[in-house]
Amino acid sequence: MSKIKLTTVAFKGTAEQETQLRQVLDEIKSSAHPSVMTALQRAQAIYGYLPIEVQSIIADEMGVSLEEVFGVATFYSQFTLNPQGSYAFGVCLGTACYVKGSGDVVAKLEECLGLKDGETSSDGKYSIASTRCVGCCGLAPVMTVNNEVYGKLTVKDIPDIVAKYKAM
Amino acid sequence: MALVNVKINNIPVQVEEGKTILEAAKLAGIKIPTLCYLKGVNEIGACRVCVCEVKGARSLVAACVYPVNEGMEVFTNTPNVRASRKATVELLLSNHNKACLSCVRNNNCELQTLSSDLGCDATKYEGVKSDASKDESTPYLIRDNSKCVLCRRCSAVCKEYQSVAVIGANGRGFDTHIACAFEKPLAETACVGCGQCIVACPTGALSEMEEIDDVLNAINDPSKRVIVAAAPSVRVGLGEEFGMPIGTNVEGKMVAAMRRLGFDDVFDVNFGADLTIMEEGTEFLNRVKNGGTLPMITSCSPAWIKFCEHNFPDQLDHLSSCKSPQQMFGAVCKTYYAEKLGMDPKDMVVVSIMPCTAKKFEKGRGNQNAAGVPDIDFALTTRELAKLIKRAGIIFDELPDEQFDNPLGIFTGAGLIFGATGGVMEAALRTLYEIVVGKEAPSLDFNEVRGTEGIKEAEYDLAGKKVRVCVASGLANARKIMEDVRAGKSQYDFIEIMSCPGGCVNGGGQPIKSAFVRNNKDIKAERAKSIYAQDAAMKMRKSHENPAVQQLYKEFLGEPNSHKAHEILHTKYVPRQKY
Ligand code: SF4
Ligand code: SF4
Ligand code: SF4
Ligand code: FES
Repeated sequence: MSKIKLTTVAFKGTAEQETQLRQVLDEIKSSAHPSVMTALQRAQAIYGYLPIEVQSIIADEMGVSLEEVFGVATFYSQFTLNPQGSYAFGVCLGTACYVKGSGDVVAKLEECLGLKDGETSSDGKYSIASTRCVGCCGLAPVMTVNNEVYGKLTVKDIPDIVAKYKAM
Repeated sequence: MALVNVKINNIPVQVEEGKTILEAAKLAGIKIPTLCYLKGVNEIGACRVCVCEVKGARSLVAACVYPVNEGMEVFTNTPNVRASRKATVELLLSNHNKACLSCVRNNNCELQTLSSDLGCDATKYEGVKSDASKDESTPYLIRDNSKCVLCRRCSAVCKEYQSVAVIGANGRGFDTHIACAFEKPLAETACVGCGQCIVACPTGALSEMEEIDDVLNAINDPSKRVIVAAAPSVRVGLGEEFGMPIGTNVEGKMVAAMRRLGFDDVFDVNFGADLTIMEEGTEFLNRVKNGGTLPMITSCSPAWIKFCEHNFPDQLDHLSSCKSPQQMFGAVCKTYYAEKLGMDPKDMVVVSIMPCTAKKFEKGRGNQNAAGVPDIDFALTTRELAKLIKRAGIIFDELPDEQFDNPLGIFTGAGLIFGATGGVMEAALRTLYEIVVGKEAPSLDFNEVRGTEGIKEAEYDLAGKKVRVCVASGLANARKIMEDVRAGKSQYDFIEIMSCPGGCVNGGGQPIKSAFVRNNKDIKAERAKSIYAQDAAMKMRKSHENPAVQQLYKEFLGEPNSHKAHEILHTKYVPRQKY
């Protein structure tokens, strides 16, 4: 099976977002070098991710097929098909954290949340994303949940942290 | 065009400026191996199988996209070139499911040929294999990514010929794979089932969903009466599967083979084609007379119908309500013929042999069950028929020429030419002219609508009434015509549309030719030529002259477009989503 992770979170785009997207696409279409790549970048800035609802608007407006848009969206790692959860768990897999066992932290987190790295729960509440170095290697291994930072973690700490957010 | 002088392996050749090294080498009698290249469709220089040395160039160049220039010296067979090509193919093989012995493309596979021509060691590199999925979601196609070499020929034809573009490369690097947007199964996309991707694929990654075993089971079931009939273009394709030249007409041997396979009746879908003309011609005249929706557009090509439903769901009124010849044929078997035989249509199995994969989809559509059971039970491709014949041990080229059975094996030249683009229109015109004008057309050859161009148009005078017709093949061309229809700008009265470029002779179920053949020969033109030659030699060349069709109306249907004819021979269409 392909490694592409598709979202199961229901689309919650607003009318304002769509108006904004269409404006942006009009702009791109009248530019000197209209490209699907730019369209995807701007769309992701509006929605935070690129679901089918957004990519089909891009396809229709840019006059290319949905598969061509999707091909570009899955080729570049800057694009994501998944929305961040309301509680976005980020685990640093930078060298320092990794050496100190952040790989196990991710595995535990996956187990506790029932999600894989890169996925968002279908109710949109939780997501896991492994990240590059977040710049506080002294605290390794480090995990962030939205703006909260948890340092010097062990696998044992994870269930309690998860439980805290589940109770919120 | 200016000519330039180049040397290929020291052989001087003159080539038009702008041609590629690949084309120049062909002129010098050298075949440079290729894999991703399909002329005019997929010229992406991606696979590097075609590399050559150019004097003065720092690295090897891709011959399929590298243009020649004056004084260029090319070497196609140096140790360096050979080593590079060999390594490229060996690396492809390292990530390939090398199950040749049971592969649908065994003995007709470009990867196999490359490996053997280049002297590859198929097991030289063993490594991790990419995760390969299989898509078996549709009733007509299987995609097995474990056999895919990522040449992208499939997605190129889907986009360029058909403007459908539902398949392509997703992901990147080692995870790159051919699939649909959002990894949807093909059945949930706007794929039209044309099979053009299958015939463009160099390997066994794409193939039709086979129904061979179902047919064998039916033949072996003594309680079933099993009827077979082939579409017009099968007879000019089938021989190629037995090594005969492109376009060889093997009608007689095909009939003999079908009989030896154990079918109870060997009929001809051409009969259904003649019947289509009676119904569709009458429908057209009625639309003209009663101010019905014009232009009227033909409905023989199921991939075209599906395309229209997905992309022009607001224009379905333009489609003729006639079932396709395949479905008309099946419907007549299970109503009229079953009644004649005094048998229950449930005990009848109708097998069609088609140059087409979309026919496998069409037979399962709603509104295709005139007798309360499916009009058609199994729809095999030309390739599947060849396999059946091989499996039965029939020595095809030694077969005698035999005749179709009566009555549903009787046909006219008009039914026959349905196989080529423009054929339906020409057949209709032969009959319409005679009905409207009251005498035979001065020439039965309507040359304006013949030929392989993607869009043809003509105007005919039928007793003072001008009829403007258009013929399009390839869905990218159909899309252009339809944009005008939608915009209300279309000037035509009657339009014929076939999904596959060149019509059914070039269908997605026809024998698969390598890129080398496709790049150097006009396959569709050669097959079409053979069909027109048979038509020209026929005594009956107008559908309404078909005595079996006349008898069918007299004994059973009444007249064209009668209430009964409508119930049995006409159908309905459904709007479908684009995504
Ligand atoms: S695709 Fe070709 S090389 Fe691969 S298994 Fe099939 S026949 Fe063999
Ligand atoms: S069958 Fe036709 S429409 Fe479907 S993917 Fe293949 S080429 Fe495209
Ligand atoms: S499926 Fe066939 S045509 Fe398409 S990329 Fe793979 S090997 Fe090439
Ligand atoms: S790069 Fe020339 S055939 Fe693929």
